[in-house]
Amino acid sequence: MASTHFRSRISITRLAVYILAILWLLIALYPFVFLVQNSLKRLMEFFTGNVWKLPEVFSLVNYIEVWTSNFPRFLFNSAFVVSISLALLLLAGSSAAYGLSRLKFRFSRVFYYLFVGGMTIPVHITLIPVYIITRRIGLYDSLWALIGPYIAFNMPITVFILVSFMGGIPKSLEEAAYIDGSTKWQNFWHIVLPISRPAMTAVGIYNSVILWNDFIFPLVLISARTKRPLTLALWNFQGEFGSDVPTIMAALILSMIPLLIFYAVTRERLIEGLVAGAIKG
Amino acid sequence: MKKRSEFLSAFLFVLPALLVYLFYFIIPIPTSAYYSLFNWNGISPDMQFLGFGNWIALFNDPVFWKSFINNITLVIASILIQLPLALLLALLVSSRLKGNKLFKLLYFVPMMLSAVAIGMTWNFIYEPNYGLLNSLLSGVGLESLTRGWLGDPNLALGAVIVAICWQYIPFYMVIFTAALAGIPGEIMDAAHIDGASKVQSFFLITVPLLSNTIKMASVLSLTGSLKYFALIFVMTLGGPNHASELMATYMYKQAFTTFRMGYGSTVAVFIFLISFLLTVIVLRIGRRRALANG
Repeated sequence: MASTHFRSRISITRLAVYILAILWLLIALYPFVFLVQNSLKRLMEFFTGNVWKLPEVFSLVNYIEVWTSNFPRFLFNSAFVVSISLALLLLAGSSAAYGLSRLKFRFSRVFYYLFVGGMTIPVHITLIPVYIITRRIGLYDSLWALIGPYIAFNMPITVFILVSFMGGIPKSLEEAAYIDGSTKWQNFWHIVLPISRPAMTAVGIYNSVILWNDFIFPLVLISARTKRPLTLALWNFQGEFGSDVPTIMAALILSMIPLLIFYAVTRERLIEGLVAGAIKG
Repeated sequence: MKKRSEFLSAFLFVLPALLVYLFYFIIPIPTSAYYSLFNWNGISPDMQFLGFGNWIALFNDPVFWKSFINNITLVIASILIQLPLALLLALLVSSRLKGNKLFKLLYFVPMMLSAVAIGMTWNFIYEPNYGLLNSLLSGVGLESLTRGWLGDPNLALGAVIVAICWQYIPFYMVIFTAALAGIPGEIMDAAHIDGASKVQSFFLITVPLLSNTIKMASVLSLTGSLKYFALIFVMTLGGPNHASELMATYMYKQAFTTFRMGYGSTVAVFIFLISFLLTVIVLRIGRRRALANG
């Protein structure tokens, strides 16, 4: 008697868990379903029909319109800026982390705190000077304008994570190599960097998402249409396509696809990277 | 002599990162403070020195104070809405739910998309004529509740906060899920044997054990909410009539729409000082607690 009562209570909790889990799934993902189903409608059908209905004719015409409005160019711009920034950031960041964690030199603590202190500083304090500097050095409205700020702003978290990882690598590994006449640079490049691969991957995943999604630097430093990265282009689509709502929805979906593919590949590693980066930052 | 060359060769590893960092991040901070003393459009060579004129104007600017209050509202609402829902979701994905890994992955999707994409998606949810929310309401016979969510000064801030929470809840869910996994199963079993109900053991065991995580999540929410920009910018531009204005959107508009660079810098320095102050307070409290415990 007691046990059947107990079992039915358990199954009620289980049912509640499933209902809540599916309810939140709808809240989290239905907006995207809504975008997809309406982006496949023609303009007339969208404005005369019911937004909950599936399209009468599945039409890719809106996607074609977005794709031919320079979309590949915007995609390329984002990929270009993110890959160059990321490569330089990882190179400069790992080398700095090596210097700060494994070569104790004068003031190395001071430099470490200078880097790490940047994690708490909001980006807005630097926007105006960065804008002015960028204009003065003639990089305004060029993709190269974004690379310097991207390296600088993600340096604190990169240095922090890499220093804490490299600090844990045993000294003995390098000492043996020094005896064999190897230089600091060789030790960094051939011993410490390969061992640091897990940390480099985590930092790389975190930074790629943050850089890919950034909006404020392109907003401030880029104005020409052909120079826009994806986020800025997407925002401008709102004005360019005006009331052609299904086309804007198609642009939104298209813009999400690269990240969704990246997510499908990295899965938990992306989640952990994003959360770890934010907690430390 | 040897010491100096040792220093130089080690310093060279740090130098490239340091140069870029100083140029684009550190030097701009005092530069902003300097600009805040001038009336300047950012382009003309003519900078008019005001002393603390911008600062006096800032403290007498009702729109600025409105944005400051909105920021505080955002902080409090974020903590009160995001953390409980995130904890609930964390309990769901930590329970013996079939496919809980997949649920967790799918819940996280909004978190990794750009604020621009999320903001535009929510614009379509709130749109008065064909928007998802209004068509849902009229679909279930609640036509009287339909309205222009982002166009109503009384609702705009709330509407934006809902969108922010929707995006960030999965982030805190992941933090809580990790913390829940750290609670030893034996504690729960012992409570169960002692006759504690699930609800009792949640409030009397789980929540106290998570208190450090909850504090950390509140701090993240607090410091993060001072930086919110893109989502609000895309959804309302701070409008209507500054109803959803935040310090960051106000700073952007002053500097880059009306080109009052001096005044924009003043707002920026204020944001910096507030963040700095909050960080110092949080670190102090953390240290005092560590001393008390140690």
